[in-house]
Amino acid sequence: MTGFRIKNGGLIDRTSELNFKFDGKSFTGHQGDTLASALIANGVHLMGRSFKYHRPRGVISAGSSEPNALVELREGGRKEANTRATMIELYDGLIAQSQNRWPSLDFDVGAVTSLASSIFVAGFYYKTFMWPKSFWEKIYEPLIRKAAGLGTASREADPDTYEKSYAHCDLLVVGSGPAGLMAALTAARSGACVILADEGSALGGTLLFENEEIAGQSGFEWSQSVIAELASIPNVTLMPRTTIFGWFDGNIFGALERVNDHVAVPAPFEPRQRYWRIQAKRAILASGAEERPLVFGGNDVPGVMLASAMRHYSNRYAAAAGKSVAIFTNNDSALRTAHDFKQHGIHVEVIIDTRKGGRILNVKGGKGVAAIDAGKHLIACDAVAMSGGWSPIVNLMCHRGAKPIWNESIAAFTPPDVGAEFTAIGSAAGHMLLSECFADGVRAGTMKGKVPPAPKCRDEAFAIQPFWWVKESTGKAFIDYQNDATAKDLPLAAREGYGHVELAKRYTTTGMATDQGKLGNVNAIAILAEASGKTIAEMGTTTFRPFYTPVSFGAFTGPFTGRHFQPVRKTPLHGWAVEQGAVFVETGLWMRSSWFPKTGEDWLASASREVKSTRASVGLCDVSTLGKIDIHGKDAGIFLDRLYCNTFSTLSIGKARYGLMLREDGIVFDDGTTSRLAEDHYVMTTTTANAARMMSNIEFCHQVHWPELDVQYVSVTEQWAQMAVAGPKARATLQKLVDKLALNDETVPYLAAKAITIMGGVEARLFRISFSGEHAYELAVPADFGNAVARAIMHAGTEFGIVPYGVEALSIMRIEKGHVAGGELNGTTTAGDLGLGKMMSTKKDYIGRVMAQREGLVDPQRQCVVGIRPVDHTMKLRSGGHLLKQGDAPSMQADQGYICSVAWSPMLNMWLGLALLSNGRARHGEIIKVFDGLRGHHYLAEICDPVHFDAKNERLHA
Amino acid sequence: MLIPCPHCGTRPAEEFTFLGDANVQRPTSLEDPNWNSYVYERDNPRGKIDEFAYHSGGCRAWLVVSRDTKTHEVFGAVIAKNFKRKQKS
Repeated sequence: MTGFRIKNGGLIDRTSELNFKFDGKSFTGHQGDTLASALIANGVHLMGRSFKYHRPRGVISAGSSEPNALVELREGGRKEANTRATMIELYDGLIAQSQNRWPSLDFDVGAVTSLASSIFVAGFYYKTFMWPKSFWEKIYEPLIRKAAGLGTASREADPDTYEKSYAHCDLLVVGSGPAGLMAALTAARSGACVILADEGSALGGTLLFENEEIAGQSGFEWSQSVIAELASIPNVTLMPRTTIFGWFDGNIFGALERVNDHVAVPAPFEPRQRYWRIQAKRAILASGAEERPLVFGGNDVPGVMLASAMRHYSNRYAAAAGKSVAIFTNNDSALRTAHDFKQHGIHVEVIIDTRKGGRILNVKGGKGVAAIDAGKHLIACDAVAMSGGWSPIVNLMCHRGAKPIWNESIAAFTPPDVGAEFTAIGSAAGHMLLSECFADGVRAGTMKGKVPPAPKCRDEAFAIQPFWWVKESTGKAFIDYQNDATAKDLPLAAREGYGHVELAKRYTTTGMATDQGKLGNVNAIAILAEASGKTIAEMGTTTFRPFYTPVSFGAFTGPFTGRHFQPVRKTPLHGWAVEQGAVFVETGLWMRSSWFPKTGEDWLASASREVKSTRASVGLCDVSTLGKIDIHGKDAGIFLDRLYCNTFSTLSIGKARYGLMLREDGIVFDDGTTSRLAEDHYVMTTTTANAARMMSNIEFCHQVHWPELDVQYVSVTEQWAQMAVAGPKARATLQKLVDKLALNDETVPYLAAKAITIMGGVEARLFRISFSGEHAYELAVPADFGNAVARAIMHAGTEFGIVPYGVEALSIMRIEKGHVAGGELNGTTTAGDLGLGKMMSTKKDYIGRVMAQREGLVDPQRQCVVGIRPVDHTMKLRSGGHLLKQGDAPSMQADQGYICSVAWSPMLNMWLGLALLSNGRARHGEIIKVFDGLRGHHYLAEICDPVHFDAKNERLHA
Repeated sequence: MLIPCPHCGTRPAEEFTFLGDANVQRPTSLEDPNWNSYVYERDNPRGKIDEFAYHSGGCRAWLVVSRDTKTHEVFGAVIAKNFKRKQKS
C-alpha cells in the first residue's frame, strides 16, 4: 500500500475530482485516470485474486494485456465482468468490484488451495477428477463449475444500445504510436482515405508516456501536433477507443469502438459500443510491442509490475507504484524507468541486470512487496519493476493462419510476411528504435511516389540478452498469471508427453485465460523449448485467433434485439384481420391470421365454428402469403413444362391447373395452382414456405439450364392481396362486388382464371379454385385494395352469415378433403407417394423426371398417403404416431409408417388424419395399431381413403 | 470476402448464396448414364473451384464464382450462362 500521487506532471486534470467506489470503499481520482492508475495513486495495489490459488494480485501492466486487475464494472444490467482496470477510464460515480474472492479481497478463504497446491499441478483436472466414476456428476462437476470463471454476469437485461457499422478506406493504420502516426500522416497528406484506430483512450501510443525528443519537441508535443493535423484533414478518420480485434479474408478488419464506456450512462440515442467492419485496401500494423515479465519467485506479488507500465503510470498518470523501487531486467529498456523515476524523485533502490549475473530469487511479501531476495541478502523495497524483453504485437497478422518468425537478435517473435495488403512497421515489426519507427512510418505511408523525410529524433539504445527463468527461485514463479500456470508446469508437461506447444498449452492452461497469454506465452514457449531440448524457433507458437481482446455479446448483436431481431411481414389484409379479432401465427416471417375467436372460444372451438359456417354458407380467408410469380414470354409454356412434372403449355387461356414440381432427385418439391391469363402470360402460385426458394429455383433453371428460352418472371407475392371465398354462398357473395359479369358455370366454370374488375373498376383476378372442397373462388386485387375489398366481401356476405376463417380452419378443411400440404410434402415423398403419380408426364423432360424412375422411388411397398381414423371415435389422433400391424410389437423392422397430419373434424365429429403407410393404397379398410412412443400408449385405427369428407366432390361443383 | 458481381460491382459474400460445383452439366437426354453423377457426385477440391453463386441480396443473377478453398482468394465471377464448363477428363 505504498503507491501515491506524484505532485507534478502527468496528463491528468488535477482540478477535477472524480469520486468512485472499489469494493464499496470510496476513493477520488482525476479526469484522465484509469481505474488502475487512480487505485495506485490511492495506495491500492491489491486488485484481485488469482483463478486457481486465489493469490492476492495487483495490476501488472498498463494496457489491454492485463491479466490480474480484472474487475466487475458497473452494477445491475450494466455490470460487465472481467473488465481490465487498466483500460477503464475513470468517471465520476464509477463502481467496481473485485472478483474471485470470498468473503473479501483482503481475506479470501479460497487461498487455502494455495496450501494444497501440490495437487493442483498441470493437468490436475485430468489426474484428480478421474475416479471413482460415480463421483463425477454429483461431486466433481459441481465443484469444478463453482470454481471456474472469474466475474459473474448480470442477470438483468442490458439497458444500453449497440450499433453495427461499416467503413471503407485506402489505408487502415492499427495503432497510433510514433510509427502509426507517421504512416497515417504521410498517407493522409497525399490524399489517401485513412482510418487511424487505437485501443487507447487517447491517440499517441507510447508518446503519451515515454520521454522522447522529436524534431526539437517532446514526444508528446510532437504527437499532439500530428494528431491535430490529421484531425484537420477531411479524408482522415481518427478512431480512439477502438480495438481492431481481427483480420479476415479480403483484408476485412473487425473493430470494437467503445463509444460510451468512459461514462456512467450513454447520452440519449448514443450506443455504448459500436461494432465495425472495416474494408481496407491496405493496412498497416503499428500495434507496437508488449513488454514481457521475468519469471522468478513471487513475480506476482502486488507491487511487481512491468517496468514500462511503472513509468507509464508515473509519467502519464502521475501515479507512483512505490517509494523505493527495485528494477530487474535483461535488456536496456528498463533503464528508462530508472531515469524517469529519478526525475520524479522516486528512489530506485537497486537495478538488477541479468546480463551482469544479477538475479531476484524471491520477492518477500504477501499483499505487497516488502523486500527482494537477491541471493546474498535481502533488499528492502516496496515495488519491483521487471522487464523480460519485448514481444511485437503480431496477433492480427497471424489471424489468417500464418505463423510468426523467431528473431534471435531481439529475442522475440516478429510478424510473418502476409503480402502487401497488410504490413507491419515500427516495434510491431521488431524495429525497436524510434528512428526506425519513423523511417518505417514514412515508407509505409507513402501511397505512391517519393518517400518524404522522417523527423529527427533521439534514439534510446536497445539491447537484450535472453533470460527467461530464475531456476533458483523457491517461491512460485508465474508464467500465466490469470490461470496460475507456473514455470514448473511446463517442464512437467514436457516430461509427461505433452511437450508440443499446442498440447502444453491445454495441459497447463497457459495462455487460455481471457488475456490469451499476451504477457506469458513467449516465456512459456522458451521454457518449454528448453525442457524439450528444442530451440524456440523449432517450438513455435500456438495459434493466434480473433479476438485480440474480448468483445461483448451486445456488440455482436447490435441493434437486432427484441422486435428488431427479424423483420415482420404483414399481409395486405392484416388490418382487416385485426378488425376481425384474428389471432396471428408466425409462419416464417409472415404473420398469418390463425383463427378468429368469439368471446369464450378457444382455438379449436373457433376453428370448428369457422369450418362449419364456411361449409354451411360462406367464409373468407386471407391467402395472400402464397407465393405468386408472374411469368411472361413466348417460351413461358415450355419453361413451365420443364419445371412442373405435368403439362402447362396445353393449358387453355383463362384456365387454372394444379401443378406439382419435383426436385432433380425425383422427390416432390412444391405444389400450387398456375393459371394462364394470355398466350404468353402465366401466374404461378407456390406454397408460403417455398415462395423464395421457388423464385431462386426458377432463376437457376432459366439462367443455368435453359438460358435460350424467351421467358421473364418476377415475384408479385407482395403486389397482390389474395383471398379465398368459399362455401355454398361464395358465388352469391362475390356477385355483389363484380362489375358487369354474371357469375355462373358458363362465365366462370370450375378452374377458370379471369381478369375482371370489381367495385366499380378495381382491377382483379378471379380464380375458381378450391382448397376447402367447397364451391370456392380466390380473388386477387392490388395489395393496397386488400383491406377495403375484404371489408366489402364481409359486407356483401352479411346476409349469408359470412365468417372470416384462418389457417387452422383451412388446415382442418384440407385434411377433411385429403389434400396434401407441408406434413406430406416433407422432402421424402414422391408424386406416387402422394397419390399424384398420374400427373407425371411421359411426353417431356422435366426437373426430376429421370431420377424419379429409380427403383427405390417406384417401389410399390413405399409409404404412401392414406386417410386414418381412430376405431374408437372418441380417441384423439396425434401426428407422429407410428403405424404397426395389429400383432406386431413396436420396432424399426415392424414400422409401417406414421401419421403426418391430424385435425378434429367438426363435420364428422371425430379426429381425422393423413398418414404415410407402406403400400397404403391397397390397405384401405385395414385396422392397424398406432404406437405413440412419446406418450407411451397405443390404439387401433382404420386406414381409409384420404378424402374423408364429400368423397364425390359434389360440393365443389355445386 | 468480396465478390466482383458483373452487374453490381464488388459486393460482400454475405449477399450471395452458394450451390456448389458449376462444372456439372444437366444431361440433355433421358437415357444419359450421367444422371446420378449429375445429381449426387461432387468434387471437394482443396484449391481452385468454380461455384454457382446466387446474388440473392443483389441483382438475383446466378453467377459462377472462381475461388480458392485454401486461401479464400476470389479470382473472378461471371454470369452463369456465360460460364464455360471444364470438359470432364
